[in-house]
Amino acid sequence: MGKFLVRRLLNYVVLIFLATSFAYLLAAANLYPRGYFEQMQPPPTDEVINTQLDTLNLNDQTPLAQRYVTWLSGVAQGDFGQTIQGGDVTPQIWLKAGVTLRLITVATLLGSALGIAIGAYAAVRQYRMFDKAATVASFFVLAIPTVVIALSVQVFATGINEALGFQFFLFSGEYSAGFQGNGWELLLNRIHHAILPTFVLAVALFAAFARYQRNMMLDVLGADFVRTAMAKGLTRRKALFKHALRTALIPTITYFTFTFGVMVSGATFTEKIFGWHGMGAWLIDAIFQQDVHIVAAASCFMAVTIMLASFLSDILYAWLDPRVRV
Amino acid sequence: MSTIETSTEPAKAPTVPPAPNRIKGIASQLLGTPRVIIGLGLLALLTLLAFVGPLVSGWEVGERDYAALFASPSADHWMGTNKTGQDVWTQSTAGLQKSLLIGLLVALLSTGIAALVGAFAGYFGGITDRALMWIADLALVLPSFVILAILAEQFGGEGGWIVLVLLLAMFSWMVTSKMIRGMTISLREREYIHAARFMGVPSHKIILRHILPNMSSLLIADATIAVSTAIIGETSLSYFGFGVQPPDISLGVVIADGSKYANSDWWIFAFPTVLLVILVLAVNMIGDGLRDALDPQSKSRRS
Amino acid sequence: MSAQTIENTEATSERPGDETPVLEVRDLTVTFRGFNGNPDVNAVRGVSYSVRRGEVLGIVGESGSGKSVSSMAAMGLLPDHAVITGSVKLHGEEILGLDDREMATRRGKVISMVFQDPLSGLTPVYTVGDQLAEAVLVHNPKATKEEARERAVRLLDLVGIPNPEGRYRSFPHEFSGGMRQRVMIAMAMANDPDVIICDEPTTALDVTIQAQILDLLRTAREETGAAIVMITHDLGVVAGFVDRMLVMYAGRPVEMGTVDEIYYGSRMPYTMGLLGAVPRMDLERQGALVPIKGTPPSLTALPPGCPFAPRCPIAEPECSLAEPDLLPVGGQPSKAQIRAAQEAGTSGGAVAADTGVQRVACLRSGEIAENAWTAQDIYPIPEIPEVPAAKVRREDRAEMLRVESLIKHHPLTKGAVFKRRVGTVYAVDGIDFDIREGETLALVGESGCGKSTTLMEIMGLEKPQGGSVSVMGRETSKMSGSDRFALRRDMQIVFQDPMSSLDPRMPVFDIIAEPLRTHRYPEADTTARVYELLELVGLNVEHATRYPSEFSGGQRQRIGIARALALEPKLLVLDEPVSALDVSIQAGVVNLLEELQARLGLSYLFVAHDLSVVRHIADRVAVMYLGRIVEIGDTDSVYTRPAHPYTQALLSAIPIPDPEKERARTHIVLDGDLPSPANPPSGCRFRTRCQKFVTLSAPEQERCTSVEPALEATNGGDQATACHFAERQSVL
Repeated sequence: MGKFLVRRLLNYVVLIFLATSFAYLLAAANLYPRGYFEQMQPPPTDEVINTQLDTLNLNDQTPLAQRYVTWLSGVAQGDFGQTIQGGDVTPQIWLKAGVTLRLITVATLLGSALGIAIGAYAAVRQYRMFDKAATVASFFVLAIPTVVIALSVQVFATGINEALGFQFFLFSGEYSAGFQGNGWELLLNRIHHAILPTFVLAVALFAAFARYQRNMMLDVLGADFVRTAMAKGLTRRKALFKHALRTALIPTITYFTFTFGVMVSGATFTEKIFGWHGMGAWLIDAIFQQDVHIVAAASCFMAVTIMLASFLSDILYAWLDPRVRV
Repeated sequence: MSTIETSTEPAKAPTVPPAPNRIKGIASQLLGTPRVIIGLGLLALLTLLAFVGPLVSGWEVGERDYAALFASPSADHWMGTNKTGQDVWTQSTAGLQKSLLIGLLVALLSTGIAALVGAFAGYFGGITDRALMWIADLALVLPSFVILAILAEQFGGEGGWIVLVLLLAMFSWMVTSKMIRGMTISLREREYIHAARFMGVPSHKIILRHILPNMSSLLIADATIAVSTAIIGETSLSYFGFGVQPPDISLGVVIADGSKYANSDWWIFAFPTVLLVILVLAVNMIGDGLRDALDPQSKSRRS
Repeated sequence: MSAQTIENTEATSERPGDETPVLEVRDLTVTFRGFNGNPDVNAVRGVSYSVRRGEVLGIVGESGSGKSVSSMAAMGLLPDHAVITGSVKLHGEEILGLDDREMATRRGKVISMVFQDPLSGLTPVYTVGDQLAEAVLVHNPKATKEEARERAVRLLDLVGIPNPEGRYRSFPHEFSGGMRQRVMIAMAMANDPDVIICDEPTTALDVTIQAQILDLLRTAREETGAAIVMITHDLGVVAGFVDRMLVMYAGRPVEMGTVDEIYYGSRMPYTMGLLGAVPRMDLERQGALVPIKGTPPSLTALPPGCPFAPRCPIAEPECSLAEPDLLPVGGQPSKAQIRAAQEAGTSGGAVAADTGVQRVACLRSGEIAENAWTAQDIYPIPEIPEVPAAKVRREDRAEMLRVESLIKHHPLTKGAVFKRRVGTVYAVDGIDFDIREGETLALVGESGCGKSTTLMEIMGLEKPQGGSVSVMGRETSKMSGSDRFALRRDMQIVFQDPMSSLDPRMPVFDIIAEPLRTHRYPEADTTARVYELLELVGLNVEHATRYPSEFSGGQRQRIGIARALALEPKLLVLDEPVSALDVSIQAGVVNLLEELQARLGLSYLFVAHDLSVVRHIADRVAVMYLGRIVEIGDTDSVYTRPAHPYTQALLSAIPIPDPEKERARTHIVLDGDLPSPANPPSGCRFRTRCQKFVTLSAPEQERCTSVEPALEATNGGDQATACHFAERQSVL
């Protein structure tokens, strides 16, 4: 068992290493950090730019292999290099990750809980009104890209704000810039800012979870063990709840774990549109700013979360389902 | 008396193999699912719109009407114009063309890769399986977004969208291939696969003749879902300018363009968005309907 | 429907010790609404029966006859889209139409049920004990968790689960099939019900386990005094277990009476055919089985008249005019009356209550009784020609297959997510046998004994892990790839499951042509050959364009046989070829196999767990236990004078479809389950369950535990046994 885990984790490390290296090499070969300095006002001399680039290990006149080795030896010591402005990348990773986590935790919990409840009930009422309505709703949501949902919500919120004459909905940033206040007021302010982006993410997730849970539930609805439970004297409702739903939840919970990991990079659009400075927004800004090190660091972080999510969902599956429990 | 029940009059054995009517069977099965019919109808309408729309508007794709910037819908510009005076109707329908093409090609490619990788990994098992699944894992952790974003600008210009299609396909086959692998493993133990093996049919033929056809319904359904995933993916990329590059135009580009004016000049945003939503909805309906109609498992749920 | 009750016209309720029946079902019908324009399915069309305390009623029928659905309807377990009419009375109280909450208070308390498939019948995510305790708690809300737990442990003990305290915490997947069925029975017994409905409770189990479960059900009946409704297709189980029985066909009872009345004096051609179609293990020369032609009708659109008429050998024109009612023998209206009623447009339609007298739904029942017809009289029995090679002495015939000390071990892995090797399964552990030209060798044994693995090893033609396989005198491990490919022409296989042995996406023509095309049979002749094969196995040429799903199980098995015969093989490997088929269909396929063997001079390697079929078809038989052959010999010797205790137990466990014989027999019931093939016992592998081992003295037992017995000739002839204390004795 221990050996098995170690082998598997080792494989993950290799995969993450390859993914990060690939991201670094691709970014270093294609992004143009020199341009960032060249467009400064007043334009610095070539020498100044070269020294700047050299200290940052971003000089395109240095062979790529050499830059890669330098960068890699830093990474080996937990140093992902510096941003193009000269700050350290590593501490920022945690900062950005924190923002993303705050955004997605509530949204995923909310969206999946709603989706599971609706999906499970729709399965029980298959082909009835509720099922049809839930199906239509989730289909509709699934057909709209998150970008469009987010933008539509913004348009809608702006309309309401204008109609009300004050900022009922806030949709920019994680909290009001320069906000002063004690802990509670700050918390409230943060929650106020979080409502819309959370809603956007939750809606998209709800649809996916509702479909997924419905399918899982349908698989066990006709199962013999539900019939056995009823034959013992449980009512249909109780047999469905206690036996069918419990069994059908196992795959959904692993799906949830996986989704949560993927959301770290999947929330990019929502972050960007609502002005949250999370991981995804950081990455996009970095690409625009030709910031090689941030691109590599963010890629690494996302690879880690994806691997972690798939690993955890496997573990959770083994733990929840006695049939595969080790 | 013999145990063999022959028909009363032994029919003359024909000398040519009979032509079974399998396609007809599947078609009638599909037409029995209303969702598929509605989806197909919508899709046909949209395809028509995509190819006829730009021709009937009276405006060329990309043509600017400097007399009408930000013009609201009118007889001249059915869906108004954008900030540079381009006709929204023309731009959107032309974008629809490319979005459809991208969606179909990506789906075809990624499902093809997924089917082959999954079936070979599942059928052969062992080292083949581990190698192929490792590649799938690698593709899963590679930062697809970064790769697409960085390479998007490198491959601008005429025909650049083909590269985008290839990249999108490269990063969308993994999950499906794992599912196909799982199904292959269970199919591999079916008796008709054993029978084929025991009569000496080579492995690659077994995969192509027995295993993949028996998943075809699932593959078709999954490919349909992949169409909508690809379209949505392209739209999202375009929002940041990483999608289709000029002079090509896709729905995503038009929507991204319009999104900046969603509050003030809604028509620039609304028309392409509505087109996109209907397109994805139609495709999803076909895919889901297909899965229900063709998957024998889902049918047993009815009882 | 002019429902006139004929109950009163007969001396019916004068039975001794009469009381209200515990369960009384009257004119029950169940219709499943069709979805999306599919037609409705009339699964049950008028079933009536009643059972009293302590009585066992058997409901017999083939798949799709509505026997399970009718009892599910009585339990209120059918889905919403099933429309149920009629009456179901529990202790005289009408329960049909009660809402789910009220039904739930009766389910498991007054009326309980044991289902067929113990694998999927228990919720996988709860422990066995908790599920059992739940059955206690749901009807005794006042009981504490602790009390329920204690009761559950007692119940586990009662149904014979070893170490009940410890096994309480096991999950269903950690139990064997037999143990899970015990848990199901414990659950059904938990609240001392008055009726227990058993729906094919032993169908999925091996014979030695079946004997244990039947014993347990007898115990349960004595323990609770409950009435038992036994639903089964197995005429052997019915013969020994049941008091009265009901034979169902196409959703309707066609005959009803005591077991003896029906087994020795059936007056319904269907029942007669069914009884004649069963291969008998206890008869030396049974002759060809009675095949019932055709297949049961579809329940969506039944034509008027007797549903069995199209398959009936003695049907008359009047049979297809109106469906006969279930009436006493000879009590049917005359043909003239039927014609008159038909012209007048009225139909008889009597509600047939369960009156305890033998009743038959056949117009000619009177005639059958008068002439004392048997199945052999009314059904055309095929004549199976002799195998030409049988005239030659066995030793002089060519060797088709020789297996020598064949070994197949495979790794035992644990965990689906974190897969790892935890041991070795000794699936096949050194077996020897040979098959001569024109001969049938049967490999028998319970699931997990390694018989299917043996087949796969032989058919794979690879180099075995140990030992050797020679086909027609050539050792497979020494062959080149192209030789191996060529050899495949000479040996083909027919599989068990007619559902999965044919590619559902291929039309029948392509399925049968596949071996021909693979072996580059000239394309010009392929078509003609396919049609020739179709006719050879009794199918029509029009069938070539259809898909496997359009055929019944028996027809599909015929397609599989046609495919196997395409390349004119000399050796046919048959992997449980009839075990998935209904009795009446099975008979036709068995006859076909026998006839083909004679006509084409084939040799068969026949793998089966059904010893009755084996006795019928095989020349020699090899009994396997935990990867070893424990006894081998000519069929007659092994069946009449088995020498190995396992063979004896196996033969003894099989119920014989003859009530008197069955009642007179004592069964050897083995203890426990098959040990894991990953951890076989030392010495003799059978000693842990051996009924003889316990009677031996200590030094003798010592020999069994330390020395593994080898196969040694026991009767100076063909019969050989791997037992230190082999003793030939009859158990039938």
